[in-house]
Amino acid sequence: GLGQGARAAEGGDALEPNSWDEITSYNNYYEFGTGKEDPKRNADQLTIEPWSVKIDGLVDRPGDYAFDEILSNMTLEERIYRFRCVEAWSMVVPWTGFELADLLELAGVQSSAKYVAFETVLRPDEMPGTRYNVLDWPYVEGLRLDEAMHPLTIMATGIYDRDIPKQNGAPLRLVVPWKYGFKSIKSIVRISLTDSEPPTAWNKANPREYGFYSNVNPEVDHPRWSQATEREIGGGLFSKRKPTLMFNGYGEEVASLYAGMDLQKNF
Amino acid sequence: MLAKRINGALRHVPAWPLYIVAVVPPVWLLWQGLTGGLGVEPIKALEHELGELALQLLIAGLCITPLRRFAGVNLLRYRRAVGLIAFFYVVLHLLVWLVLDVQILSQIWADIIKRPYITVGMAAFVLLIPLAATSNNASIRKLGGKRWRQLHKLVYAAALLGGVHFLMLVKGFQIEPLIYLAIIVGLLALRLPLATGARQRA
Repeated sequence: GLGQGARAAEGGDALEPNSWDEITSYNNYYEFGTGKEDPKRNADQLTIEPWSVKIDGLVDRPGDYAFDEILSNMTLEERIYRFRCVEAWSMVVPWTGFELADLLELAGVQSSAKYVAFETVLRPDEMPGTRYNVLDWPYVEGLRLDEAMHPLTIMATGIYDRDIPKQNGAPLRLVVPWKYGFKSIKSIVRISLTDSEPPTAWNKANPREYGFYSNVNPEVDHPRWSQATEREIGGGLFSKRKPTLMFNGYGEEVASLYAGMDLQKNF
Repeated sequence: MLAKRINGALRHVPAWPLYIVAVVPPVWLLWQGLTGGLGVEPIKALEHELGELALQLLIAGLCITPLRRFAGVNLLRYRRAVGLIAFFYVVLHLLVWLVLDVQILSQIWADIIKRPYITVGMAAFVLLIPLAATSNNASIRKLGGKRWRQLHKLVYAAALLGGVHFLMLVKGFQIEPLIYLAIIVGLLALRLPLATGARQRA
């Protein structure tokens, strides 16, 4: 059933998920404000029905894929993943979703494709944070094709078996558990297969601080803070920091993707 | 005139109650942090709230001279309390960072040296130490009014560094720290000879 993939993905050690309240009230979704509680306060303005995802670029079957059409073609399963923010805090989230690889296969990836570009919905009327140029809107992200096709990479549509809340990226978002949270782009409206590395929102804003890869790496500090440790959300005022794991603990599954690469340079 | 009425109303209001009132926000924030009122990650929230309060009080302190000079409102009597309370909040902000946030002693020193925004914040704190230490009548007598006033101009640099510290720690292009910095720069500009006119009044 649903638990199977989750347990395989955890690599054995049992993860205790954060509470629904913790997961849905402490969010970075700057389109709804830069405060951690702004997304929960403001995201209800977002219209998510109807929703479709444009899949284009180097694919055999480009087009607008209705959300329901996507869901009817996918097998949903639960994945309990560690979630490590670049700001050095972390959570454990019981996502519901499907593998991105399955969606890409639905569209038919052409052999010339090397990267996948993603784009978040941009509706200034419904997203008060986009009235300020905190970032160059719309939010965009990207993965190398092998990262996108990796079985750990999912598109999440739910948390705790409920529809994913708007502040967490409804109706569907990317989840790449071995990368910093900002790579896991929310409320996706477009997926493009490309042959060159796509621009990414935080890299455009500050290339010195945010690289294209942004793999969780305790040995490569953010210029403004250490990435060696993290604080788990929910521990209260006297919560102890814990060591950050290489690739957020998913090294066994993903380290081979980066064999031979200098991770200090390709941060 | 409004300024006269304010001055008259405040004539018999002493500064000491400010010190008592000042205890309330940190105690309230700590209570909120312990009981969930600061959200699911109370450490950063407490740290930020205290830092922002300290910056607001530094700004309030910088307002006192221009208020007297340009509006005739005399709040000079409260300036020492405002400054000392600002310092008190800076110390609490620093303690939360040291004890609750970073926790690891070796990393604290590395952060101070390696991370410019922390270096800048630390510099602001260090500049405030002699000011807090000499915010008493005995020090004014000992230093003499002129030297004491010279020394306390360090608050200009401290406030500026505090504003820069805030600007440097946010992610992306955010408005709030820019507003703080603009206010601080504006208040310092009011002290330039060009703005004050007659030099002998300084």
